[in-house]
Amino acid sequence: MKRPGLIALGVALAASCLVACGEKPQTNAQGVKRDAVPWSGTSSQQNAGTVFTAPGWKVGDKTAWQQQLKTRTQNGQNEYNKEN
Amino acid sequence: MARMKFVCDAERCIECNSCVTACKNENEVPWGVNRRRVVTLNDGVPGEKSISVACMHCSDAPCMAVCPVQCFYRTEEGVVLHDKDVCIGCGYCSYACPFGAPQFPSQGTFGVRGKMDKCTFCAGGPETNGSEAEFEKYGRNRLAEGKLPACAEMCSTKALLAGDGDVVADIFRTRVVQRGKGAEVWGWGTAYGSQQAGKPPVNGVQK
Repeated sequence: MKRPGLIALGVALAASCLVACGEKPQTNAQGVKRDAVPWSGTSSQQNAGTVFTAPGWKVGDKTAWQQQLKTRTQNGQNEYNKEN
Repeated sequence: MARMKFVCDAERCIECNSCVTACKNENEVPWGVNRRRVVTLNDGVPGEKSISVACMHCSDAPCMAVCPVQCFYRTEEGVVLHDKDVCIGCGYCSYACPFGAPQFPSQGTFGVRGKMDKCTFCAGGPETNGSEAEFEKYGRNRLAEGKLPACAEMCSTKALLAGDGDVVADIFRTRVVQRGKGAEVWGWGTAYGSQQAGKPPVNGVQK
């Protein structure tokens, strides 16, 4: 009876210690204007691109934007992809 | 997605300063401010090394910690940005930053120090994406156009890498393994878990 209680206490203590490993939210400071997310595009219209928007991704789609940046990094900066 | 990161490969940087020029041009950076600079170590000595330095978009940014008006914020992608409408131009951030990233234009009347200016990872600032106000205050928002920072995309030898931290780390690791040296540097094992971390390659073989 005593043992499960001790284990539960230990788990609770360990979990409370893990809280210290977390990060403070730094996404937006007090008084600072809200910044739009980058995948929302640069057009004055909602979720739309301009002539300067790189082709190959759907503006407004977070996953598509993330994939676009990864693909662009690999294609543009990893020449081992081109050579081998 | 990991955080956005810059890495400069000192084995490749040829001190051409194209990253500096690309940044100045793309963002129309004011006189007296260089958001990106090329630093040469042991200049003139055989084996000199150059690295391109700008804001490293720290995970625990000291500029953010010392700012008395809390004008800094970090985006979901890990880019450290600031609001020039909130900045009071006190200069604390420039003393706190180990990379000399925050700089102050001094073209005002009597050379008065203006609002702080720094690298934005070509992500603009807290104005409407792609707006004229955003461009005038912070420069171009290339991330919202699905592009990467101009400095890295312009780098002729691809010494300067920018993008998703996982992808950048993967590219850099491939280079080190291919060239057969580099994994002996401090911190390699922490970053990549290499068996050879902290030790020189055995018979030129990198593990």
